Amino acid sequence: MSSRRRTFEAAALALFFLGVAILTVFGFAMRDWMPPAASRHAAGMDGMIEYLLYTTGAIFVIGHLVLIAFIWRFGRGRRADNPETKPRTERLWSIAPVVIMALVSEVGVLVIGLPVWDEIYGDFPEDALVVDVAARQFEWIIRYAGSDGEFGRTDPEQIDGASNPTGLDAGDPRAADDVVVRNVLRLPVNRPIYLRLRSHDVLHSFSVAAFRVKQDIVPGIVGSTQFVPTRVGTFEIGCAELCGLAHYRMRGRVIVMSEDEYDQWQLDQGGAE
Amino acid sequence: MSRLTLAGTIPLDVPQGAGRGAPLPPSGRGLYPMFLMAVLATVTMLFAAFTAALLIRRSGSDWIAIELPAIAWVNGGVIVVSSALLELARRALRSGAASVAPLWLGLAAALGLLFLAGQIVAWRALMAEGVFLPSSPHAAFFYMLSAVHGAHVLGGLGALGWTLRSALRGAYTATMHRGLSHAAVYWHFVGALWIYLLILMRIA
Amino acid sequence: MTGHAPLPFWRRYIFSTDHKIIGLQYILTAAFMAIVAVGLSVLIRLQMAWPQTLWPALERILPRAYEGGVLLPEFYISMVTMHGTIMVFFVISLALVSGIGNFIIPLHVGARDMAYPFLNMLSYWTIVPACLIMLASFFVEGGAAAGGWTSYPPLSALPGALPGSGLGQTLWLLGMALFIASFTMGSLNFLTTILNLRTRGMSLMRMPLTTWTMFVSSVLGILAFPPLTAAAIMLLFDRHGGTSFFLPGGLVVGGQVLPFDGGTPLLFQHLFWFLGHPEVYVLVLPALGIAFDVVATFGRRPVFGYRTTVWSLLVVAVLSMIVWGHHMFTSGMNPYVGEYFSIVTVAITLPFAVIGLNLIASLWRAELRLTTAMLFAIGIISAVGTGGLGGLYLGTAASDIYFHDSVFVVGHFHFMIGVVTSFGIFAALYFWFPKMFGRHMSETLGKVHFWLTIGPVFAAFIAMHYLGLGGALRRVYDPTVYEYIRPLQQMNVWITYALIVAVVAQLVFFVNLVYGMLWGRRAEENPWQGATLEWTTPSPAPHLNWAEPPTVFRGPYQYRVNGTAEGYTPQHVPDRMDQSAAEALRGPPAEPTLAGGPE
Repeated sequence: MSSRRRTFEAAALALFFLGVAILTVFGFAMRDWMPPAASRHAAGMDGMIEYLLYTTGAIFVIGHLVLIAFIWRFGRGRRADNPETKPRTERLWSIAPVVIMALVSEVGVLVIGLPVWDEIYGDFPEDALVVDVAARQFEWIIRYAGSDGEFGRTDPEQIDGASNPTGLDAGDPRAADDVVVRNVLRLPVNRPIYLRLRSHDVLHSFSVAAFRVKQDIVPGIVGSTQFVPTRVGTFEIGCAELCGLAHYRMRGRVIVMSEDEYDQWQLDQGGAE
Repeated sequence: MSRLTLAGTIPLDVPQGAGRGAPLPPSGRGLYPMFLMAVLATVTMLFAAFTAALLIRRSGSDWIAIELPAIAWVNGGVIVVSSALLELARRALRSGAASVAPLWLGLAAALGLLFLAGQIVAWRALMAEGVFLPSSPHAAFFYMLSAVHGAHVLGGLGALGWTLRSALRGAYTATMHRGLSHAAVYWHFVGALWIYLLILMRIA
Repeated sequence: MTGHAPLPFWRRYIFSTDHKIIGLQYILTAAFMAIVAVGLSVLIRLQMAWPQTLWPALERILPRAYEGGVLLPEFYISMVTMHGTIMVFFVISLALVSGIGNFIIPLHVGARDMAYPFLNMLSYWTIVPACLIMLASFFVEGGAAAGGWTSYPPLSALPGALPGSGLGQTLWLLGMALFIASFTMGSLNFLTTILNLRTRGMSLMRMPLTTWTMFVSSVLGILAFPPLTAAAIMLLFDRHGGTSFFLPGGLVVGGQVLPFDGGTPLLFQHLFWFLGHPEVYVLVLPALGIAFDVVATFGRRPVFGYRTTVWSLLVVAVLSMIVWGHHMFTSGMNPYVGEYFSIVTVAITLPFAVIGLNLIASLWRAELRLTTAMLFAIGIISAVGTGGLGGLYLGTAASDIYFHDSVFVVGHFHFMIGVVTSFGIFAALYFWFPKMFGRHMSETLGKVHFWLTIGPVFAAFIAMHYLGLGGALRRVYDPTVYEYIRPLQQMNVWITYALIVAVVAQLVFFVNLVYGMLWGRRAEENPWQGATLEWTTPSPAPHLNWAEPPTVFRGPYQYRVNGTAEGYTPQHVPDRMDQSAAEALRGPPAEPTLAGGPE
């Protein structure tokens, strides 16, 4: 191969990786990709992601710059010096990536990630509003405890898609005032929310991107997730776990309203909380 | 050193596929033990996974323990005796009584068949009591584990049949009967596996 | 191949026991399956880019999938499921591990064939029905399996919940069972061959890194696949035996309360991922091994940090078995357990960083020959870095909550087990093609193939990271359903355009493959001046490889060292001053003893 051709090919490869490094970073910085945060723990989680974007971004760029430099320096057919390295040198060099990655990754998990993890999975506050969310193919059945503040029993045998989608037990007096709504979750702002998650049929996953919430719903297990909405507005509930042919249509809404509006709505539904 | 020297000993012009099967490539000491160990490792992982599944599933609310059929324990005895017979075959070979070995071997294989038949009797006994697959998770585990274990016994029987054939042909000598030794290790393993499964299912 | 009548065609090329023929059979089978899986991916991408468009042309080809020109959602998730399953198990595993591994391991360690050639043939002929069963499942009632490549129950267990969970899912399970049986046989063969059939002087620490990675893959295969077998058996019992291993009580499907009770779907997830995660390394590590071999040969220098690489591989292997839970951070597992999985998962980046550094440092003071194989190998370096760093977002439990089941995950694993592994296959094919067929592929076509592939796949899969960061969920038939994702829809269009270019580029590769086999430039014994043992046998390598396998005197990468700054010293050439030592090592002519008993 002629030396001009070699130089051209090395340059092409180096330029390509330069493009990868620059465009990738530019792509991340181009816009605010994430939907604006709307819950209290979202700040911590966004901080976690930001930390990773900066650290891994730096490693990504430095790694590619080294790669580019080596391709350019050693890829044009020039004589290179004796490449031999002593095993000791190689061992010493392997310390650097281990230390760097240990710092980057474990600091991320333990120092920054752990408090966020604790906020999501720690004990939930006493005054939290408990709402029952039942997932079924392909809708979300939202249930509030009603005026007695207690959820009635449910019974799979009594489920009727049209009139009783979550199977409220007609024989249980506590069930009489339960408020059942399809696909619209109304919540008061700035109040801790504790969702009881149940599934009638297959795996689903309750996810609200703006809240940075995602929790699988496993049939047979009453799961839970907790968060504090911090912004009034309407957000989308998505199902994040493949649940059947209309998985993509299993969409709900969260309407976060002021405390007063929420109380008024509860009253309209037939009873204050 | 034999591992290294054997590689060059087969002339290049050994026709591929001549005789039965393919020509064995040069193989050295440690080849079969390594293969055997790897097989045992993979089978061990399989039953380790089943064990984990059983322990997790046992905590389910609907776990109803069933009475294991008595014949399952008898089968445990059968397979232990079969293993002992296999050891007798090996001892006979080692002490130079090569002609007796096929007898012990044949008996061991026959007991293996008896074991499988016994397992089917055990299933029938359970079914006669009205215990079917869906009756209880415990029953489901019993049927499933005995079936999967039975498949491994079947493989072991194949190996025993092969060694029996070799023994009948007089291919084994006091010092050369590695095939039998390895079949025996596998056979002891599946035997012990059944005892383990019995105990596991008894305490579950 | 002299001294005896040639074998009939069917024994030489169909029911062959020659490891090289079997390797090629695997690769060709994988190529065929790849055409199916890539075809599915094109249909998936069309749907992603233009979800509400009618496709009357496609209706004519696939009338059942495109009723009235509209893609049926159930067929969409069938395609997603089967694309994943076929790619992971029937393309990458087959071509990279079973195919390349079969071809190269005996040549690398100086063995004349695999330890068990008959078992090897059996392993290949077990995979053929597995492929046929997988393909047949598209044509049965209800269509192919549609529960995702992970086949999580209850969805995969209840035909009432999903059409594809009928006969299609049963066939999926049978196909997987055959695949596991075949792959286990193959792994057993690899392991024994590498440990016991190495030629004189070939110590473990003199093995080329491709073979080292195949060794690690085999061990992982042997230990990690059985739990998936157990899960598949239990799922079959749940589906057809009425048991409830994975199915809890109170399930209501189609208005009916199902008679199951007490099982837990999470058990399946644990068993699945106990295999699923090591499987990723089964696929990725051999690609890295190939990258090392190619970089050393075309960089004309020894691999930087051979020993630290080997130790890192072993650490990766051990860690890969204890981190499976990071696929289940959002499943509601105990938060302490989740935190454990997070800590060990991100620890995998440590040995991986060493491997990555060694790969890059192997270019330092090199004299790079930018052949097609080398270009793909350098592509692997960049791709494994990109994919690996993306993994940190998913391995860190606190950020995984956001990224779990998003398109970010799709971008991440397409980098790791899409780009890295397929580049591994390409690098290996361009590199060893002369040894396979005695001819060269065209370098010009090869470079066209490389450039048309790397640009689009990097663009597309990096863009998927952005989409995931935007919160787009995966396995969604119509991405514009969610309002907050709608502004990003144009990205999906670009990704589709890019990937169509990449798919078309593979036509160049197929043309090159056929051209090379039939009309390629003749290759000599050692066209790349390689130092490893495969280059000491004629091209193409004859049956049984060597009359007398060479003796090995040194490590695999002695390029421009020890005063041979101009050239290189192949593994089988003794040092002049070691001549007498070599004689001593060779010893008296060996007794022709067939190993073992008469079995």
